[in-house]
Amino acid sequence: MAKILLEMKNITKTFPGVKALDNVNLQVEEGEIHALVGENGAGKSTLMNVLSGVYPYGSYEGDIIYDSEVCNFNAIKDSEQKGIVIIHQELALIPYMTIAENMFLGNERGSKYKINWTETGVLARKYLDTVGLKDSTQTLIKDIGVGKQQLVEIAKALSKNARLLILDEPTSSLNESDSKALLDLLLKLKKEQNLTSIIISHKLNEVSYVADKITVIRDGSTIETLTKGVDDFSEARIINGMVGRELSDRFPKRVPKIGDVMMEVKDWNVYHPLYSDRKVVNNVSMNVRKGEVVGISGLMGAGRTELAMSIFGRSYGENITGTLKINGKEVKLKTVQDAIKHKLAYVTEDRKGNGLILTNPIKINTTLANLDAVSKNTVIDKDKEYEVAVDYKQKLKTKCPSVEQNVGNLSGGNQQKVLLAKWMFADPDILILDEPTRGIDVGAKYEIYCIINQLVDAGKSVIMISSELPEVLGMCDRVYVMNEGRMVGELDGKEATQEKIMTYILQSSGNKEVK
Amino acid sequence: MNNDSVLGFIKKNTMILVLIAVVAFFSLQTKGAILLPMNVSNLISQNAYVFVLATGMLLCILTGGNIDLSVGSVVCFVGAVGATLMVNKNVPIWLSVVIMFVVGIMIGAFQGFWIAFVRIPPFIVTLAGMLAFRGLSNVVLNGLTISIKDKSSFVNLFGGGADCYIHDFFGNGSLNLTCLLGGLVAATIFVVVQGTSRIKKKTKGYEIEPIWKFLVKTVGIVAVVMAFCYKLAQYKGIPTVLVWVLVVVLIYGYITNNTTVGRYFYAVGGNEKATKLSGINTNKVYFIAYANMGFLAALAGMITIARLTSAQPTYGQNYEMDAIGSCFIGGASAYGGTGTVPGVIVGAVLMGVINLGMSLMGVDANMQKVVKGGVLLAAVIFDVVSKRGGKLIVKN
Repeated sequence: MAKILLEMKNITKTFPGVKALDNVNLQVEEGEIHALVGENGAGKSTLMNVLSGVYPYGSYEGDIIYDSEVCNFNAIKDSEQKGIVIIHQELALIPYMTIAENMFLGNERGSKYKINWTETGVLARKYLDTVGLKDSTQTLIKDIGVGKQQLVEIAKALSKNARLLILDEPTSSLNESDSKALLDLLLKLKKEQNLTSIIISHKLNEVSYVADKITVIRDGSTIETLTKGVDDFSEARIINGMVGRELSDRFPKRVPKIGDVMMEVKDWNVYHPLYSDRKVVNNVSMNVRKGEVVGISGLMGAGRTELAMSIFGRSYGENITGTLKINGKEVKLKTVQDAIKHKLAYVTEDRKGNGLILTNPIKINTTLANLDAVSKNTVIDKDKEYEVAVDYKQKLKTKCPSVEQNVGNLSGGNQQKVLLAKWMFADPDILILDEPTRGIDVGAKYEIYCIINQLVDAGKSVIMISSELPEVLGMCDRVYVMNEGRMVGELDGKEATQEKIMTYILQSSGNKEVK
Repeated sequence: MNNDSVLGFIKKNTMILVLIAVVAFFSLQTKGAILLPMNVSNLISQNAYVFVLATGMLLCILTGGNIDLSVGSVVCFVGAVGATLMVNKNVPIWLSVVIMFVVGIMIGAFQGFWIAFVRIPPFIVTLAGMLAFRGLSNVVLNGLTISIKDKSSFVNLFGGGADCYIHDFFGNGSLNLTCLLGGLVAATIFVVVQGTSRIKKKTKGYEIEPIWKFLVKTVGIVAVVMAFCYKLAQYKGIPTVLVWVLVVVLIYGYITNNTTVGRYFYAVGGNEKATKLSGINTNKVYFIAYANMGFLAALAGMITIARLTSAQPTYGQNYEMDAIGSCFIGGASAYGGTGTVPGVIVGAVLMGVINLGMSLMGVDANMQKVVKGGVLLAAVIFDVVSKRGGKLIVKN
């Protein structure tokens, strides 16, 4: 048996209100490729952030034993010194610097006062050759594709004498041939340099291809570790491990009263605002009925948020084409104002960044999307505003001492309620809720589900975008499955299962068509 | 932070307390000279432009810590245009005033266009404006001074010269009764408005601030207003320019506090993306902020040439800095989203008192600048650090 390079023992990490990791154990042998799989939010990235020192020693419980030594990393620098290098999903390269400059950023060759550019170039060349990248070291990062950028990241890691390479979703933005090349590179590095890697991935076919061992994480705990040649490595087996969870009464009951089609989207296409040849939403058609909760399931980056925002007054994307019908009438929503006027609301997934003004009180946030309703000739009736805020506070059971409280001081669940209140006050008929329960505790989740049920009972339509499969299954009357910008499946709420949804997603990855 | 505690009250009103301390300090150092009626009156007349410009600057800063560097040059340019029209071209005064306002608004709109719709950084656009309009002022004036001494109705209207005070209708010579009466009326209105709003809130069952806080606030403000008017009455009464300042402060105080447009400034500065997704046209908010700055710069230009009874190519230098400084000292956030008109007025008064106090003490003009710089830096450090929860150094 090979030497154990890394052992993470009983790692527990809590964020305010949420236990992200609960007694996680992970063992990685030297020279192996170890895959971490699990649903979104299962805790994979958190675990890797603990390992690499993003969350410093002391902010978690448990031990990290690396190379037979207990390690207390306080910063990324500490772990890098030991040869642990993490490559994040969002690449950390600077577009207007050359490949060589990027590779040695923070690790410059030469002395403090004079960078040795010759040495930089020579070394960069050497590592680029190792990873098989032929471009000049003087090429700007912005001029090479994502696949090559990923190679630069690996070359950069090698230049730091990496012994343990951690790759977070390395192929999520790569096409099939680039992905294959990257995985083969990992296999080659393993063979030639005995490099150990941990790879986090959703693409199970790739995981089966490249990994020696697979550890499954679910709800912040390690469930099992599968070994190549010993255990069954099939996708079905892995999916079973990822989702094998009982559904209890975590969702309030509701008798659906579904009416006519309220909103219909047909042949909807959206391009990326910066990379104008990248199609983010690809020929999507969908609809939602009165009194219905429709789920859109899929992995992060599937294009769900982009679809929702492009519908909501074109607040995302370029070159948007397709038809949008509300109540059977075709409408063109060119601005957010138009969308709100047509009784559409979009409750963002990023409540802090895109949803709330954290430095302002609850009452101001509550009325912001419909300020005209509490004002007369542009003068705000502050008493009315206060009444509205108090009313919603009581309706949604928001826990706060007063509506004068700044939203920034509230917990995630209560912030989410303020955000919901804001959009409910805008009086929409169709609400698009994007990850409405992300990062909030179980109790608050239940209350949010109750609010959603009340909304549809009142004849509104709700589109719920969620990465949490149990939530989608527990709440939705109908489920769309989206992957890589396309709708790859539609299931009735009753017949949908986690396995079916995951199968739709995984089979459609890598451009395979699913009927 | 518990807003009801005494500590919270002090924290919320730090700048007022600092102002009181600074006034007390200079009273001791100048043996009370700073509180002489003449000096109190001068404080207003000399700093009128700061109040006007700082109010406009607040709107720009609210949108996200954006500043307008061009206001000093715009003040000079508008003044130069106005003086040229009135004196050299013999254009009627009312028409000249209209043209000056139009010029100011057009300059503001021009800069606002680039900032709001093309999203050129405000620093760059207004730096360009600062250079360009300083140059254009010189071109308009041919590098010369134009005296507007004989345009007395203009000078009187905008409160310049030596005798621009509101006429004392009940004058008996020694004490200006009109001024006292004005103060009394203002104080009464204030008390009535505050009182009725509190009673209304109480009957409807809203939250109200504790009674001691309400009393401290109301009595304090009434006392300051009355003391201030008494001082003015002992001198020559209400400076005409004070009326302009009051009009601007009251209107903009109302807009920022009570109207939807005002709310949008705070929203954009607090979180632009969230504001956009709430269906608010954020481009328009930026545009209004800068167009309005041009408008108020025009007014400040009129006040400036009226006070100095001439237009010169050097007028308005560093006015932008006075306005920006007042905003930040008055509690506007360097990141946008917070700040009030009353706060900015306190900031401007504080700057004015420090200026006046040091001049009376005979502090060297260069050292005065050093002190003002220090005060500005200290105020912003205080704001930033206290918002961070008291942590001075940011963890890397």
